[in-house]
Amino acid sequence: MIVELFLSGIIVWLAGAVASLALWRRPAAARRVGCGAALAGSLLVLLGSAAAIFSGSSPEISLPFGNPVFSWAIRMDPLSAFFNATLAALAAAVSLYSFGYLRPMEGRRNLGAFGFFFNLLLLSLALVFTASNAFFFLVAWEVMALAAFCLVSFEHEKKETRNAGVLFLIMSHAGTGLLLIAFLVLASASGSLDFSSFHLLASQLPPVRQGTVFLLFLFGFGVKAGLVPVHIWLPKAHPVAPSNVSALMSGIVIKSGIYGMARVFFDFYGPPPLWMGTLVLALGVASALLGVLYALMEHDLKRLLAWHSIENIGIILMGFGAALMFRSLGHANLAALALIAALYHTFNHAIFKGLLFLGAGSVVEATHTRNMEKMGGLIRRMPVTALCFLAGAVAISGLPPLNGFVSEWLTYQALLAGFGTTHSLTRLMFPIAGSLLALTAALAAACFVKAFAIPFLALPRSDEAAEAREVSLPMRAGMAVLALGCVALGLGATWFVRVFDPITQQTLGVRASSALVMARGWALSPGTAHGGTISTAGIALFFLFAGMAFALPLAMRWRRRSVRGPAWDCGLPGLTADNEYTATAFSKPLRMIFSALYRPRREIQAEYEVSPYYPSAIHFESEIEHPIEKHLYDPLRQWIMAVANRMKGIQAGSINLYLTYIFLTLILLLLFGVRQ
Amino acid sequence: MMERLIENVAQLFLLLALAPLVTGVIRTLKARLQTRRGPAILQPYRDLVKLFGKGMVVPDTASWIFAATPWIVFFSTVLAGLMIPMVAADAPLGLFGGVLAVIYLLGLGRFFLALSGMDSGSSFGGLGSSREMTISALAEPAMMLAIFTVAIGAGSTGLTEIAGAAIGQHWRFLAPAQMFAFAALAVVLIAETGRIPVDNPATHLELTMIHEAMILEYSGPYLALLEWAASIKQLVLMTLLINCFWPFGLQPAWFGFGALQGIGWLLAKLLLLSCAIVLLETVNAKMRLFRVPELLAVAFTLGSLALVSTFLF
Repeated sequence: MIVELFLSGIIVWLAGAVASLALWRRPAAARRVGCGAALAGSLLVLLGSAAAIFSGSSPEISLPFGNPVFSWAIRMDPLSAFFNATLAALAAAVSLYSFGYLRPMEGRRNLGAFGFFFNLLLLSLALVFTASNAFFFLVAWEVMALAAFCLVSFEHEKKETRNAGVLFLIMSHAGTGLLLIAFLVLASASGSLDFSSFHLLASQLPPVRQGTVFLLFLFGFGVKAGLVPVHIWLPKAHPVAPSNVSALMSGIVIKSGIYGMARVFFDFYGPPPLWMGTLVLALGVASALLGVLYALMEHDLKRLLAWHSIENIGIILMGFGAALMFRSLGHANLAALALIAALYHTFNHAIFKGLLFLGAGSVVEATHTRNMEKMGGLIRRMPVTALCFLAGAVAISGLPPLNGFVSEWLTYQALLAGFGTTHSLTRLMFPIAGSLLALTAALAAACFVKAFAIPFLALPRSDEAAEAREVSLPMRAGMAVLALGCVALGLGATWFVRVFDPITQQTLGVRASSALVMARGWALSPGTAHGGTISTAGIALFFLFAGMAFALPLAMRWRRRSVRGPAWDCGLPGLTADNEYTATAFSKPLRMIFSALYRPRREIQAEYEVSPYYPSAIHFESEIEHPIEKHLYDPLRQWIMAVANRMKGIQAGSINLYLTYIFLTLILLLLFGVRQ
Repeated sequence: MMERLIENVAQLFLLLALAPLVTGVIRTLKARLQTRRGPAILQPYRDLVKLFGKGMVVPDTASWIFAATPWIVFFSTVLAGLMIPMVAADAPLGLFGGVLAVIYLLGLGRFFLALSGMDSGSSFGGLGSSREMTISALAEPAMMLAIFTVAIGAGSTGLTEIAGAAIGQHWRFLAPAQMFAFAALAVVLIAETGRIPVDNPATHLELTMIHEAMILEYSGPYLALLEWAASIKQLVLMTLLINCFWPFGLQPAWFGFGALQGIGWLLAKLLLLSCAIVLLETVNAKMRLFRVPELLAVAFTLGSLALVSTFLF
């Protein structure tokens, strides 16, 4: 049943891909078929993976072609099913949204190709999450990368888009290269490419090789996930993609890296050495902080969201790092708590970041710009979009009672519990990571005050914003589904944690949820000796009750006594959009406080005719620095170009010469083979 | 079940009734220390009554966020107040959340307050929102380190457990870790409640105001709600500070003569802390905005010291 549902979902996606490509000359039909198939396939896969999680079984199936070494084997174990459920839940909402989002593109762009790559991306992601053979996994991984590349570069007439797409492709392939080496090392130790033969194998390798494989996997998957310092493609590629693709990229494509890490850390490795968890925790903290600090400086709405993806990947990795450390220290229950925190946040991030990108897509469609400084006042023109975006903003800021709060709270609890697990200095890592998580979360809240207030509140800052129109019904429906998801995942936390039982059972051998749920399902506790509790449902009920009993009747009464009037304008002739605080101004205090990191540079030129007190025009330019790109990638790029220049010499263009090279390579390889 | 309800209602009344009093006491004490007469202690109550009876002006540029914010701020602050132990060690709504939930609920209120500041389109609101979010973000890590130190000592982030672990150990606050954590949290308290040297609750000068700038456009009942919520928030944070570090006089339960005794102790401790705040406010001048991060860095250092002392002692 599970396998049938899953495979029928795959087949629907495949059929949708082929059919929409075949219909490319009829845009309306291609759009309907492409989005319809994506939606139907997502629902089937969602059903299948939910069934797999709740039955706790791990059905396996091998496709009838292939050979024993390169088998096309699929295994739907709880971890795979969880990531598939994340994919399908997000993809269903995004597909619904796409019905409306793609409509204005009809006749202007090739929607057949879009439908093809869109369905292909979903298909390959589902296979990445389920492939149980390293060869098959890498094939699906590459198809995913290529489909994502084609979708990111969809609006390829812009130079920015092309550059971002190529950077994504290069980084992605560098990451795949690392993965290939790591898988080959494991395969040479096990004699097979099957994931089942890798189970706990990595821990039996000699220490140096074990560490090397770990680093290869960490950075190989880290490139896709957007881990600092291999994140640089992410804030460039996500914003230039069409917004429904951005939602998928930030919501689930980068989670393929998280899936890979979970598979490696908790399936291929047994209890790892302590430094591995410590490294992951430290990189998580760095990603979270750098992500949010650069997000604060953005006024490109979509790039701001992209930086927040890096931040959230950091929070997820903090959970992973803590889980690894607890595993090394022999605390399976705490490891389960940390793993649940990380995976919960993975799911939450897919939902709220998908929502925010869809909201940003609606705003961009309505105002024709990604620059927040040209928006404003949209809450009146686009009430549904505004409400959904607000739900996403509250959720991503980790505020109660929505879902982001629950997973951040679980992360705090895991980090806090870590202090008692060891007596070495390592234990100071946990509370310090916790306090930096608090800084990250508070900065994220500051950033989302900006990201909501500047586009949606006050007066419109441009003619486009003043004439913006609410988006079409399917787009609103797609956003509303995800907004409801944020609410449900927050209020239903005690129900949702049960989903993780099969996963922790499979990876760590413990079922944690019964210890996490308290007070007849009303409250969540960390499951440690006597940790605190939270009840998001209780908090929501309090607000609901207080709102109905006091706020509504009183607000009705006060309404009669209220008049509308102009806001205080310091006696100037009326308030205009020019008086409003801008996004740049909003983040100015933080730009000054963290100037050691940003190294801001600004240039102001004022033109005046009569007196310097009455400038006729002011030109303002401000720029911040990206130290990782400047000090790591720029030298690397120059080095690669220099080496490529040198190598020009041996490429003379003569076929005879090339044949000689091939011959020499062959001989070398043979010698190498004989020596082995 | 019935007992829980009574506890909740009792603490709710205490919160609502006591909060303006604390504000009034601080104002009066401060005036006396500066050899002014100052307003009557009950003036905050009169202000509230007057504001609730007035009409209000809503900026024509504002959206529904403007009307929803006072309620969200008020309810989230009150809910946070019900999650802390005030008179009894057992927090009435402790099941709904511990210290982390309290901080994040206050954060929810701040989030909407900052949005409403930007809603009218006046640049004062934006200025206040920007500064408020910056300062609160920088205060967060210090607060979390101090709280982690306390929570590690109690083995829980539940406030009932934290207060319970401290009961009977009246001199525990003299331990180095506790003293550092207390100092860190005290600095954070000053920043979070908008008092001198971080913010001046009595100013309306655009160069210096933070909290007042965000609520500049509010009038009438909504302003009353926000002012009341601000006093409740101040009371919540002050109670949190004294009851976590010095739970002397906390009662095991909310009933009988014990409750009166507990309220007496609470008032005495609040008065002591108010005196300290008044003294600090009087001898210090308001800091420049860009000096505030340095103050918060001091708090962060104190928090780290607290943590390291847990490790050493």
